[in-house]
Amino acid sequence: MEKFKYIKSTAALIAKENIDTDQIIPARFLKATSRAGFGENLFRDWRYHADGSLKEDFVLNTHPYPSKILVAGKNFGCGSSREHAAWALVDFGFRVVVSAYFADIFKNNALNNGLLPVQVSEAFSEVLIQKLKSNEATELEVDLDTQSIHIAGTEEKELFEINSYKKYCLQNGLDDIDFLLDNRSEIEAYEASEKKKSWVAFY
Amino acid sequence: MTSAKTLFDKIWDRHRVRSVEDGPDILYIDRHFIHEVTTPQAFDGLRKRGIGVLRPQQTVATADHNVPTKDQHLPIQEALSRKQVEKLTENCAEFGIELYGLGHPYQGIVHVIGPELGITRPGMTIVCGDSHTSTHGAFGCIAFGIGTSEVEQVLATQCILQKRPKNMKIEVNGSLRDDVTAKDLILYLISKLGTGGGTGHFVEFCGSAIRALSMEQRMTVCNMAIEMGARGGLIAADEKTFEYLKGRTFAPQGEQWEAALEDWKQLHTDEGALFDSVHTFDAIDIEPMITFGTHPGMGTSISAGIPHSEDPSFLSSLDYMNFQPGQQLLGHPIDYVFIGSCTNSRIEDLRAVARLAKGRRKADNVEVWIVPGSKQVEEQAKAEGLDRVFEEAGFELRQAGCSACLGMNEDKVPAGKYCVSTSNRNFEGRQGPGARTLLASPETAAAAAITGKIMPAHALTHPEHYNLSPA
Repeated sequence: MEKFKYIKSTAALIAKENIDTDQIIPARFLKATSRAGFGENLFRDWRYHADGSLKEDFVLNTHPYPSKILVAGKNFGCGSSREHAAWALVDFGFRVVVSAYFADIFKNNALNNGLLPVQVSEAFSEVLIQKLKSNEATELEVDLDTQSIHIAGTEEKELFEINSYKKYCLQNGLDDIDFLLDNRSEIEAYEASEKKKSWVAFY
Repeated sequence: MTSAKTLFDKIWDRHRVRSVEDGPDILYIDRHFIHEVTTPQAFDGLRKRGIGVLRPQQTVATADHNVPTKDQHLPIQEALSRKQVEKLTENCAEFGIELYGLGHPYQGIVHVIGPELGITRPGMTIVCGDSHTSTHGAFGCIAFGIGTSEVEQVLATQCILQKRPKNMKIEVNGSLRDDVTAKDLILYLISKLGTGGGTGHFVEFCGSAIRALSMEQRMTVCNMAIEMGARGGLIAADEKTFEYLKGRTFAPQGEQWEAALEDWKQLHTDEGALFDSVHTFDAIDIEPMITFGTHPGMGTSISAGIPHSEDPSFLSSLDYMNFQPGQQLLGHPIDYVFIGSCTNSRIEDLRAVARLAKGRRKADNVEVWIVPGSKQVEEQAKAEGLDRVFEEAGFELRQAGCSACLGMNEDKVPAGKYCVSTSNRNFEGRQGPGARTLLASPETAAAAAITGKIMPAHALTHPEHYNLSPA
């Protein structure tokens, strides 16, 4: 997993609420057996017409900057648990998604792929969306160390939450599996414990 | 300080190996269900690390998302789907995991087969790389959907790193009207709480209206807990749960059954336990429901029609559906009916549809697919003669799988067509690019199939109250 410290970038804006993972990557593109190449079909049905031609009015087709940050309406990533949604966003080049809140499974999937979900207040989200609507060249600074998001060239800044374990993982590019494998003896001790055996023997 | 605990916290605490300082808990997983779509990358990850599956005997696999629902005895036609299903077969063989693949008598939708085989039981922790894993919570267990990296965690360590969610109580008191189903109940709750209403929470459903539901109906309710954003939903086990499980293929037997029962009876929320949030509803307020938009929170009673709103997201949803604010839905013509999915594809659902279809015939303008949730449901339906009822009505009974719920196989609704569907998601393009999905109960779906329009089942028994002239 790629390390995450600080990013300054322009941002692509999709000011829609409840963007579900079926929109991020439709089910018919989930048939690959590797993690690579999902960016090609990111927001497939919003980006392309049925005949494969580009939709002229969709932000990922019109946005003039190679942005690393996606800003979206609240409840981003709801619906299906498909991690392919996080893979597609990362493969396309995003490292940060900003929303007033995220669906739980998506949030975990994002963090497991070095994609930082930045949850901001509804008020900050509103300011940010208006700012991006009025000037698509607006840059954002996202600093994981100080857990802050800042609209560059303005006083608009907000702190965001992330638990310190996940922060450490992102800063160091570590994943949960490494951590759990290091805890294997504790896991096996738990399996063998009276606490577990007393009620689980019949499983 | 009270020691009273919620059911959720009791089960969570039993499975907590330890808490990571300022971080998540290491949670032990009793059962891991896997399927072909969200696992190939996880198995590749194990191979890359040079490790195996820690507890293959606690892992169960089936093929469901990609499988055709016709001619399952033949090789899968679509190359990528075939490859994914073959990959699952290879991975299960290599890592020693039991697979109920195509052609196996236990094959079916992962959330249908777990309960029907007695693999899903009270007090367990269950995960699967599928958001509708919440279904299993109907048995009084903690069950939730996970991503592929988490699938790899569980394969490798039988544990998952997870932040403990908050507790939410949803109490539904009183009795449902005779013409109102469990599906209407959950669509109603989602329409009231919104698609993000449960975010960060695990929901315990309780109250007399929940108690009165059958196990299969409880599964319908818990299945869609995810559609209100909840991590999962659960319902405390009771006599109905025990009766359902007793004698099932993998249910405990003899002394083990007695010991299990003793334990399961302790698994309920203590008097005075505190929830982070509580919502209370009255069952009598609920009417037959249908959705009109592009997320499951956009639901209404069939008779009320579409509400008014100026919200841009709301209006863009209606635009996709080609509906107007304030429009009546009753009588609106439809093109397809899909009866299936992990929400409503069990034998009680098929029986309900058959009761309404018996002696009637589908409307000419409608294509009707019935996709049983499992091979066992399919066999049971045939044993009860439901297949003949469906055939006479012009409904097509297919073979088990996820099918048109998400259109990964050939079962797609064409662009611009309306489909009354018993599934769980009406997202844009969910049932095929451009398809327009209207979520409803099996009963409402049956009425739509027969009348060719959006109609409640009541219209079949009381046609004098409705305009049923051909669409």
